[in-house]
Amino acid sequence: MDIKQTPLYDFHRANGARMVPFAGWNMPVQYTHGIKAEHLATRNGAGLFDVSHMVQIELSGSGADTFFERLTPTDIGAVAEGRVRYSLFLNDAGGVLDDLMVARLDGHLHLVVNAGRAQHDINHLRQNLDAETRIEVHHDKALLALQGPQAAAVMSSLGLDLDGLRFMDIRRFELNSIPLVITRSGYTGEDGFEISMLATAVVEIAKTLLATNEVTLAGLGARDTLRLEAGLPLWGHELDETITPTMAGLKFALSKKRREAADFPGADVILDEFAHGPKRCLVGLLATGARPVRDGTILLHDGAEVGVVTSGGFSPSLDRPAALGLVDAKLADTGTVITAATRGSETPMTVASLPLVPHRYFRG
Amino acid sequence: MLKFSEDHEWAKLDDDICTVGISPHAVEQLGDIVFVELPDTGTSVSKGDAVAVFESVKAASDIYSPAGGDVTEVNSALLDDLTAITPEKAMQNWLFKIKVSDVGDLESLMDEDAYNALIG
Repeated sequence: MDIKQTPLYDFHRANGARMVPFAGWNMPVQYTHGIKAEHLATRNGAGLFDVSHMVQIELSGSGADTFFERLTPTDIGAVAEGRVRYSLFLNDAGGVLDDLMVARLDGHLHLVVNAGRAQHDINHLRQNLDAETRIEVHHDKALLALQGPQAAAVMSSLGLDLDGLRFMDIRRFELNSIPLVITRSGYTGEDGFEISMLATAVVEIAKTLLATNEVTLAGLGARDTLRLEAGLPLWGHELDETITPTMAGLKFALSKKRREAADFPGADVILDEFAHGPKRCLVGLLATGARPVRDGTILLHDGAEVGVVTSGGFSPSLDRPAALGLVDAKLADTGTVITAATRGSETPMTVASLPLVPHRYFRG
Repeated sequence: MLKFSEDHEWAKLDDDICTVGISPHAVEQLGDIVFVELPDTGTSVSKGDAVAVFESVKAASDIYSPAGGDVTEVNSALLDDLTAITPEKAMQNWLFKIKVSDVGDLESLMDEDAYNALIG
């Protein structure tokens, strides 16, 4: 299969990016300053990420809400015009097919799904489609994420009036006469924005943001360390078809109305876990030593296997190795010490509450 | 005599002492180094043994011994400041020295031109 390029490919190369294959796309893993510098620039200032590999899908028609609810545990009727929700496509066993953002804009539902799951999601949507719903995949659009405590100031300095735009709001804007759809959201734990526009306009918008001199280009490497610290799950790591939202700490994504109706895929499994607790829970893990513990490492307690590291690496903000893992519920309390079995040695790890670095969303 | 392995180690032979490091290209590809483990002095190693570990933010990489013998010296000063491990200093930042049992071990390695051709 041919590897895909976002419309910013040449821009990345010109800015010193190291390109790597990711989910079928050729993406910048880092630029010249490296993952740690890009990570800290995002935590302290503003980082600019190309997330155009994520796929934007629009659902419209009189059946769109009902259709969306058949596949997810979201009370979509409660998502007002101009608002955004985090949601999940679920299978009948309560496993997660993908996680996504869904927004209501101009009466239509706008979805953003993971690159690596996009084809699966599109097939899933099409197979379940009804006559009252239309689906449109926006391959002609690009997506940027501007994240960090200075992101709002950067946007304002370009003349964008953010007044009243809170975390998880979506609104239309215009910059250099280019139409933009901006959500105040992201996947770093920081205040920030995701900016959707036609692919033909994204280079100009990226250059305009970079020209403020307040913005640091950041690659997928920093995006991963930022979301790990923020305790945000990544499909294929903290989420997959065998991991339920209750295990992954996503109870907030199960709308009360939908729980009461028990009418979403996998509701029996998920509601049982909701009431009695899941067998395994997602936790943060901090190693006592300096050596990172990586994805897939088995976790032990008293010699028995009690979990697995789902994302392991290094936290630039904490300046120490950090990980996310699924562990047996009885060992998920903060402060519990468990053992990571790493390549011939054993590393003690302490369970830490999530997020590892506090979220700083702008709630107005 | 300076040689390079396919795994991006460099090896410099003076008499029967082989000094080993990793190439500028390897350091650049690793990115920010967050953890390094070096062998202990006195360890006996065979050609191809994983004898050191470099961990970056993203991944772990084993460092393989380009020759068999005994580790005679280890550059533990490197561990004091991992940020000093840069592509620019990669040819000075040796990791360990081996008293080589058979200098023939190094014959299969590449010279600098061949290595540069490999990494393009």
